[in-house]
Amino acid sequence: MNAGMLVSRFTTEMRRSRSVRFSGGILLVIAVAAAIGPWISPHSYLTTDFDGRFIEPTLNGLRLFGTDDLGRDLFVRALTGVRVTLLVAIVASLVSLIIGIAYGAVAGYVGGRIDAVMMRAVDALYALPFIFLVILLMVVFERNFLLIFIAIGAINWLDMARIVRGQTISLKQREFVDAAKLIGVPPWRIIFRHITPNLMGVVVVYVTLTIPQAILVESFLSFLGLGVQEPQTSLGALVNGGVSQMERARWLLLIPAVLLAIILLCFNFLGDGLRDVFDPRQESR
Amino acid sequence: MLRFTLLRFLWAIPTLLLVIVLAFLMVHAAPGGPFDAERALPPEIEANIAMVYHLDEPLPQQFTRYLCGILKGDFGPSYRYRDHTVGELIGNAIPISLKLGLFAMTLAVIVGVGAGTLAALRRNSLTDRLTMAFAMTGISVPVFVVAPLLVLFFAVQLQWLPASWSGSSSGWRFLLPVIALALPQVAYIARLTRASMIDVLGSDFIRTARAQGLGTASIVRYHAMKPAMLPVLSYMGPAVAAILTGSVVVEEIFGIPGVGQFFVRGALNRDYTLVLGIVVFYAALVIALNFVVDVLYGFLDPRIRHQ
Repeated sequence: MNAGMLVSRFTTEMRRSRSVRFSGGILLVIAVAAAIGPWISPHSYLTTDFDGRFIEPTLNGLRLFGTDDLGRDLFVRALTGVRVTLLVAIVASLVSLIIGIAYGAVAGYVGGRIDAVMMRAVDALYALPFIFLVILLMVVFERNFLLIFIAIGAINWLDMARIVRGQTISLKQREFVDAAKLIGVPPWRIIFRHITPNLMGVVVVYVTLTIPQAILVESFLSFLGLGVQEPQTSLGALVNGGVSQMERARWLLLIPAVLLAIILLCFNFLGDGLRDVFDPRQESR
Repeated sequence: MLRFTLLRFLWAIPTLLLVIVLAFLMVHAAPGGPFDAERALPPEIEANIAMVYHLDEPLPQQFTRYLCGILKGDFGPSYRYRDHTVGELIGNAIPISLKLGLFAMTLAVIVGVGAGTLAALRRNSLTDRLTMAFAMTGISVPVFVVAPLLVLFFAVQLQWLPASWSGSSSGWRFLLPVIALALPQVAYIARLTRASMIDVLGSDFIRTARAQGLGTASIVRYHAMKPAMLPVLSYMGPAVAAILTGSVVVEEIFGIPGVGQFFVRGALNRDYTLVLGIVVFYAALVIALNFVVDVLYGFLDPRIRHQ
């Protein structure tokens, strides 16, 4: 499937499948709001105001989501949190994408005993409770964004490696790979110039399913206080803050919790919908 | 079967060893020692502390010492809870976490399999659609969102159930944590059961059973249930890992003094030995259960063990 076909099929499906269209639309709205919201709001996510603590959501003074225990504007904080959450999830998914493609394409292309050993290693790694190692990593080292990206990306590459390997095995029997071999293209170049670009259709679908997983890990870490650190914030950190204030100000819990739930649901619906289009054999589980 | 079991066992050991090595190296690569206090200590005292905790030995020796200790159930001293060893802290917290996890697991399997079977039998009906919509929500929404919302609704708003562990001593205090922990697994298991049940119900031997005049109830009970449970069984390994992860959050939210809470406290206090010990403990648990599930699966499905 070449790029043109991919785009045209993508757009047809976007029009046809209601769940893809709907969830994609909601995500787009949230992403745009997160991009421009903090910028046009009169409030900043950092400014504390001790006379304006626990303001309930109101149009008065444009406190759309109210303020928190330090008088910070929750609307701006929530959107900043969405920004951070989406950014971390997308970059972490790219990290897992790169590891997964490199590993899977090499295993699939080389084949034979090396492939068997590489995939057995993946099987063994599936049994590892990676999340606990990541927590250990966050405990031991100074928490910064780079570490979060790499740690989350390193968890999620296993599925991607399996899928890429499967695709690579079917691709390497095609004529254009034989042709490339015949004119003397070295193997690593065949893998990265000829095979990888043809994997993109399937990979795009699985990235939409990796992103919610990355969001889950990031917000889990932030919820425990081990991820994104103050004054930066993310949806997980906001939910954590809301839990401690829920008896006094329930909107501090409800708004970030519902926002996070909506984002995760939409990504899962989007991924499931896209998978049904591109990979009908794969039963959605 | 014996050969299959042994092979799986031989795979489990290096996996666990890998986790221990990784975790151990991570802790020892940490910038700064665990006793870098606010004010500098005299060098003699620092040397003494290092000696007591064997930090002056070369790394391989420290690792062997740690490994031998684990085999004897000794995870070393806790860096923060000075009067306790890590083994004691974990040991004391295990019963309550185990209870929580077992309740959640049982609930998840019963409700998940029930709902999934029902949805499969009434495919495309309203029941099916509602169950699957619920399952999608359950899978997407994480425990740390579900649990606080449950507390907000049932404890703060309606005041039916206690909001925290210490607030009550009756068995009711188990209810909300167990539900919060089980919900995502209910959702997963319901989806898995539905898919595999639909698969099995479409197969030839079920048609034969139907042709012999068996009712739906006995077909499901005596013929379809066992093969349909295989995917659910193989999900048990990941499910245990997910329940462990979830229990960290749930114990923190409800203030339950289990292993998960020690884990979070240890992590926030930078109690390296405690966190290391719990990571090793969790990893051993997950790997052991994966092994058990693998062997059970081989037992139930002969195709697997002859691969």
